Amino acid sequence: MINVLFFAELQETSGHEKVTVDEDGLSVSELKSKLSTAYELSRLDQAMIAVNEEYSQEDTVVNSGDVVAFIPPVSGG
Amino acid sequence: MDKNYWITKEPINPGDCIDKVVRNEAGAVNTFMGTVREFTKGKRTLFLEYQAYVPMAEKKLEQIGDEIKEKWGNAEIAIVHRIGRLEITDIAVAIAVSTPHRADAFDASRYAIERIKEMVPIWKKEHWEDGEKWLGDQKENISYEAKIPSKEEMRDD
Repeated sequence: MINVLFFAELQETSGHEKVTVDEDGLSVSELKSKLSTAYELSRLDQAMIAVNEEYSQEDTVVNSGDVVAFIPPVSGG
Repeated sequence: MDKNYWITKEPINPGDCIDKVVRNEAGAVNTFMGTVREFTKGKRTLFLEYQAYVPMAEKKLEQIGDEIKEKWGNAEIAIVHRIGRLEITDIAVAIAVSTPHRADAFDASRYAIERIKEMVPIWKKEHWEDGEKWLGDQKENISYEAKIPSKEEMRDD
């Protein structure tokens, strides 16, 4: 089971802070297409991806137990 | 608070950052504070709401500190960012940098705030008189598609 975190507008659009996806061993881009369909997140492509709290690439493979966070463009400071 | 890099829900006291970087070798302590502005291009902000991916944000703040130590050598850094609801004039972020000489403290503080704005997972929601919006990349000139923000993408904002 992969844990997925949404923030800011992605959180509001999906209506979830956290969801779980019952998969093991799929790429971030595969996970992304599943999520954007399931939660109608048309702007998911603009988000950076963090796997276990580190920025990661689309081809990173995520496994059960991993935490994948979608990070929309940041605006701190 | 024993950490030098942290996210808080409480009002920021910049003295907390200064205390962490004052030391015998330092001839300069430079501080930067980011505060909540009322008007942006004529549009009135009522208040702001900040959200963070807290554990990752604290790690990324620490990474910025490490980058500064790599670039400027002898530097001590402390950074705190507030989340939750902030009113006009509230401090959103405080940075303190101590170095032996002042030029490095100024430059490193500037570096820290620019890096925060490009890669630390913190988001700001503007609440205006006529609506609200989560702000993204405020200059809308960087594509974040599947890429990790580099040190070269420093923005002037």
